[in-house]
Amino acid sequence: MIRSILLSAATGLLLSACAQSPLRGTGDLGVVVERGTGSVQIIESRTHTALARLTGFGDLSHASVVFSHDQRYAYVFGRDGGLSKIDLLTQRIDHRVIQGGNSIGGAISQDGKLIAVSNYVPGGVKVFDADTLQQVADIPATALADGSKRSRVVGLVDAPGQRFVFSLFDTGEIWTADFSRGNTPQISRFKNIGQQPYDALITPDGRYYMAGLFGEDGMAQLDLWHPERGVQRILGDYGRGQEKLPVYKMPHLEGWAVADNQAFVPAVGRHQVLVMDSRSWQQTAAIPVAGQPVFVTSRPDGRQLWVNFAYPDNDRVQVIDTETHAVIADLRPGPAVLHMEFTARGDQLWLSSRDGDQVQVWDPYSLKRLTTLPASAPSGIFFSSRAQKMGY
Amino acid sequence: MNTYRHAVIVAALLLICATSVAAPDAKRQAQLEHLLAQDCGACHGLYMTGGLGPELTRAALAGKTRDSLIATVTQGRPGTAMPGWGPLLSPDDIRWLVDLLLQGYPAP
Repeated sequence: MIRSILLSAATGLLLSACAQSPLRGTGDLGVVVERGTGSVQIIESRTHTALARLTGFGDLSHASVVFSHDQRYAYVFGRDGGLSKIDLLTQRIDHRVIQGGNSIGGAISQDGKLIAVSNYVPGGVKVFDADTLQQVADIPATALADGSKRSRVVGLVDAPGQRFVFSLFDTGEIWTADFSRGNTPQISRFKNIGQQPYDALITPDGRYYMAGLFGEDGMAQLDLWHPERGVQRILGDYGRGQEKLPVYKMPHLEGWAVADNQAFVPAVGRHQVLVMDSRSWQQTAAIPVAGQPVFVTSRPDGRQLWVNFAYPDNDRVQVIDTETHAVIADLRPGPAVLHMEFTARGDQLWLSSRDGDQVQVWDPYSLKRLTTLPASAPSGIFFSSRAQKMGY
Repeated sequence: MNTYRHAVIVAALLLICATSVAAPDAKRQAQLEHLLAQDCGACHGLYMTGGLGPELTRAALAGKTRDSLIATVTQGRPGTAMPGWGPLLSPDDIRWLVDLLLQGYPAP
């Protein structure tokens, strides 16, 4: 009798142990977007492996990802307006909504409770509860002169003080939306900031928001410590009067680099990486590179930059020394390199080769490829450590 | 001398390209379709539903002439983000791509 009770208790314990997967953290996890199949792979940097593939995300061309502050959930922003919340531990889609018709990116608020999405159609920003994906705010952008539609929104980032900052591509504006007093935001609008802001960045301390301009030279800069001073133009004299080269893919400003009081950004319509003094924001140099730069990504220690390029030079990656500005490596990792992502401490660099159908893991110090993983037309790679960085 | 010979060859090749009306072969067609979905798709959307660039579905292109579309792809549209693809694609390539869009891409 006693023996049978003991036996069943032991069996129960064993069963419950089996039902629970072993405890683990998510700090070394990330996701890879597969644009070909509208799927997402969950990756583990410690072991250089993929753990799972999740499907059913719709159109993931130009998809981007942010993470919950506990680094358990990834929010995926799809081109078709899909907003999906992935649980990295159970490897399932936790929530999914179609929030717009055509969207470009998103951000998570300083307190981690709000998810904002920037939309081309309908032009504006929508804001959601990070737990439930219920909509909490709608911020329509400025209507175009002919009244047919609203301006497309780009360069959406989170900023200190529970704010979101974004740019209006068609009407040349920068807006801030302050959610510090609840879910009815206070909007500040800065007009005439320049033609066609195409993307934006925020400095690591969350102070300067800078939008790259496509329609004219330079960048529009907003000092969030002093919004009363308005938007200033930087790099305005860059390339004045010169014929621009065709741009076959828009540069991205995310992942931009600040090292040794220098800031590095991709030029537009010129095969150069521009260098600015990050105190005066004056241009100090222009580094010739292999093509139209897309991402200028800093190794976390700031000593080297990895740069990829627009079509037709998108099979190349160049590595630049931030101290000497010399191109120290000219790599050809594979066809159509779309994105590069460092682990938080910079021991690994992961890159996607869309047309090679693979993700590669590199040692960014020895400049050697460590391993290659299969992926279906991979684009963006995002590690969960982004959860703790402003502007990501 | 060498430069001169190269220039003659390039000019001759350009002439051949400009006058030829042959459609791209099957391999080239596959490359062009990939380019359309992936690289044009970077701005116009993987399914041509639009993005920073306008929608290029069959319905969206209704009323546009073939010649004007060929001119836009070849020369780009000044004042917009649309680059001219003339330096990278042959006139045959561009005609084939425009016809593909006019028929409706991706195919329903």
